[in-house]
Amino acid sequence: MNKKNIEKQDFGKVVLNEIVGGDPKAKKQKKSVWKAIQIPVLAIITGLFIGAILIAATSETVYAAFREGFFTGLGQAFKEIGTAYLALITGSLGNPVSIVAALKSGDAAAIRSAVNPFLESLVQSTPYIFAGLACALGFRAGLFNIGVEGQLFMGAALATYVGYSITGLPVYIHLPLAILAGALGGAIWASIPGILKVTTGGNEVINCIMMNYIAYRITTFLLTGPMSRPGTGGMPVSPIIQKTAEIPQFFQTPIRFHAGFLLALLVAFAVWWVLFKSTWGLNLRTVGTNPRAAKYAGLSIAKTTILGMALSGALAGLAGANEILAVNRSMAIGLSSGYGFDSIALALLGNSHPVGVILAALLFGVLKNGATRMMVVSAIPIDIVTIIQALILIFVAAPAIIRSIYRMRKVKEESIATVTLSSWGGGK
Amino acid sequence: MAPILQLKGITKQFPGVLANDHIDLTLNKGEILALLGENGAGKSTLMNILYGLYQPDEGEILVNDKKVTIHSPTDAIKTGIGMVHQHFMLIPVFTVTENVMLGSEPVKAGDFLDRPKTADKIREISRQYKLEVNPDDRVEDLPVGVQQRVEIIKLLYREAEILIFDEPTAVLTPQEADELFLIMRSLVKQGKSIIFITHKLREVLDVADRITVIRRGKVVGQADPKTANKNELAEMMVGRAISLVVQKEVKAPGKIVLSVKDLVVADQMKQMVVDHVSFDVHAGQVLGVAGVQGNGQTELVEAVTGLRKSVSGSVDFGGTEITNASPRKITSLGSAHVPEDRQADGLVLPFTVAENLVLCTYYQEPFAKGVVLQYDKILENSISLVKDFDIRTPSPLTAVGTLSGGNQQKVIIARELSRPIQLLVASQPTRGLDVGSIEYIHKRIVQKRDEGCAVLLISPELDEIIELSDRIAVMYRGKIIATVNADNVTKETLGLLMAGIVPEKIESAPNGEKVVETTF
Repeated sequence: MNKKNIEKQDFGKVVLNEIVGGDPKAKKQKKSVWKAIQIPVLAIITGLFIGAILIAATSETVYAAFREGFFTGLGQAFKEIGTAYLALITGSLGNPVSIVAALKSGDAAAIRSAVNPFLESLVQSTPYIFAGLACALGFRAGLFNIGVEGQLFMGAALATYVGYSITGLPVYIHLPLAILAGALGGAIWASIPGILKVTTGGNEVINCIMMNYIAYRITTFLLTGPMSRPGTGGMPVSPIIQKTAEIPQFFQTPIRFHAGFLLALLVAFAVWWVLFKSTWGLNLRTVGTNPRAAKYAGLSIAKTTILGMALSGALAGLAGANEILAVNRSMAIGLSSGYGFDSIALALLGNSHPVGVILAALLFGVLKNGATRMMVVSAIPIDIVTIIQALILIFVAAPAIIRSIYRMRKVKEESIATVTLSSWGGGK
Repeated sequence: MAPILQLKGITKQFPGVLANDHIDLTLNKGEILALLGENGAGKSTLMNILYGLYQPDEGEILVNDKKVTIHSPTDAIKTGIGMVHQHFMLIPVFTVTENVMLGSEPVKAGDFLDRPKTADKIREISRQYKLEVNPDDRVEDLPVGVQQRVEIIKLLYREAEILIFDEPTAVLTPQEADELFLIMRSLVKQGKSIIFITHKLREVLDVADRITVIRRGKVVGQADPKTANKNELAEMMVGRAISLVVQKEVKAPGKIVLSVKDLVVADQMKQMVVDHVSFDVHAGQVLGVAGVQGNGQTELVEAVTGLRKSVSGSVDFGGTEITNASPRKITSLGSAHVPEDRQADGLVLPFTVAENLVLCTYYQEPFAKGVVLQYDKILENSISLVKDFDIRTPSPLTAVGTLSGGNQQKVIIARELSRPIQLLVASQPTRGLDVGSIEYIHKRIVQKRDEGCAVLLISPELDEIIELSDRIAVMYRGKIIATVNADNVTKETLGLLMAGIVPEKIESAPNGEKVVETTF
């Protein structure tokens, strides 16, 4: 062991190593980063591959072509897959040809609309980032917060209320207030199962699911009653929020790219800092990894558990607030397309690390955005993308499948690297 | 005698470690071969290869001169190899018969279990090898020694010819261990062959026919128990001279540091497991608590260190009442705790060595400023402790879970002893460790005592208790049934006390040490 070498080490690398569970020696750095991401990367590739087969297998025209001849059929299959995935890519990242053309023309409006598919993907990713962080933080604290969806609704409701009901505040007070209201709504909702777990031993998984149901009904009641928009005749829609509570969008409609995305990145950084750089985070992670050792070290498991749930819920609330304040500008029942449940998948895909969660959220945003385009261009149902997402997650959740497909050797320290997953289904 | 088992050139490489380096081993029919080695020497790897849990990179296994490949424990059993694990693989709520038949259940009339048939066979085995056990008893009602017999019967039932005993005496009283040795002798007399893994030198000399010593993945020597002595063996194992006797000077006890009065503690089932226990620990003195595991020692320690609420009674530490105080408060008053189960309580295995070294102090200066962790200070601290306490780790940033047991324990010892403390509560501080680590940890504990620290030592190992303690309290069924002076007590007396038998007369200590006799 070379002690000097260790002393000189940059601590950023150290933290990275701690995340990937690798050896700190610089030589092995690349290897261990690859080790940490190889399963998700291979899972994505495999998912897209199986998706391609499904695209071909569900296409009428491919069957018709096969009746004409085997190679005609094969050609048609490849053509369909090509069209579909090309649409998926151009729909989510932009068409390189039109981007180059727009850049050449120098017309600002043209450039904006050429890069809009990409910007729209970022918009789609934003709630995924917040929700994914919520779940990831929960996992790090040994908590399976399956109630992100309900917390998102409660956060959104409170943010909406603060957003439309208060008038006459300057934007720099009103907007932060509305955002914080969102976080608070989620935090309060999440701390209830946290408190139940601590005081009664109630399993947070079950209680979170129940809290989801209650949250749906409460928001429905609010939107049709106290918070309904006057003049809509009982439609479950809230009033439109004040201009001062809006998270600004950078360009004119239809480009929806907004500052919420930057806020999400900022929050991800904050979560990383808290988890890995502060005593709070060490408390959370110690309780999450080994509660008995945490007790031995003098931590209050009760306090840490409630705090962990509240922080997780606050992040979920931010996801809701973001959708209201930046995109929808008013609250409706169809606020979330299951962000709360996808968040579990995101945390899993990102190994409960903020950077991993951002990458996973970008992937989800891209797939979701591209799928719409794919449906328009090649008439492939949007559900194919849902299936691809599901496949990717199955492969990440059951890495043995990927290992056997690619004949990888089992990593001995597996349980060490993916520590947070040991708490799954957990909660005593 | 013909060799029944031969290992030839067994090599196993793990990332960064050559666990087995061309190991040759021969086991003759009808003998007990002791396999001695430090933890991390490669004993377990070798036995796991033999038991089918690992595949060797090189080398071959011959059973009765025939080459075999063992892919799984099932293969191993088919080949006639069986292992008695340190931690029993029994289902407590099943009867002996059910446990024995599990996995190879005989059936009659279709799919009905044939319990009587198994029970008869168990009785037969039990008679043949003098393994007294009632097939109809539930395993959870049996003492540990008998449970171990059930494990042995399981192997004999499956007609194992080669039996591997992995640290079999760790959970036994001295008397139970002696009984086990008789059983082992009776097994080999009737043609079975045994590989006996242990780190207790006395046992090796008592029971083995031949001794093979492994160090750093290699066979470093053979010894004949008739001629070998403890010091030679220890030296062979560790590679340097070892002092097996802890040097400690006689000291007059200082002021009372820890005072426990009438303490009552209940377990999860609300059973009273610590029954009105009182004792004092003085500065500069080691109070050893002896007793077979499961007699309330664990709960006693938990109550003293704040991990478990007591029902009644009081605990006083240096003049401060700490009854049912929080662990953090007790720690911050200057108490250190080496927990019984290092992996469950003492360490966060996926965390780094550096983080584990500040597990109890990370929230304080200099390791944190406000809520900001000072990782450079944490790292500095770990580098110096790794050096001072000779922790063998690739780096302070290695996950502590990847270290060997001895080094994991050193991490705990380093963390607890490097703080300024007046009280050390050490619960089985050398459990499962090798001679080298034991020597080291014993020295560190005695050093703390000599510095004037009060030490409460809990251990089921008589040797350890006698070596280290100034006074010895024996716990039996939740009570301290006797407190004796360590200088003039025999192992036999302690053994009887541990079994709950108080001899008519316990010889009084010459220096006037009070001998407490409690009725029970």
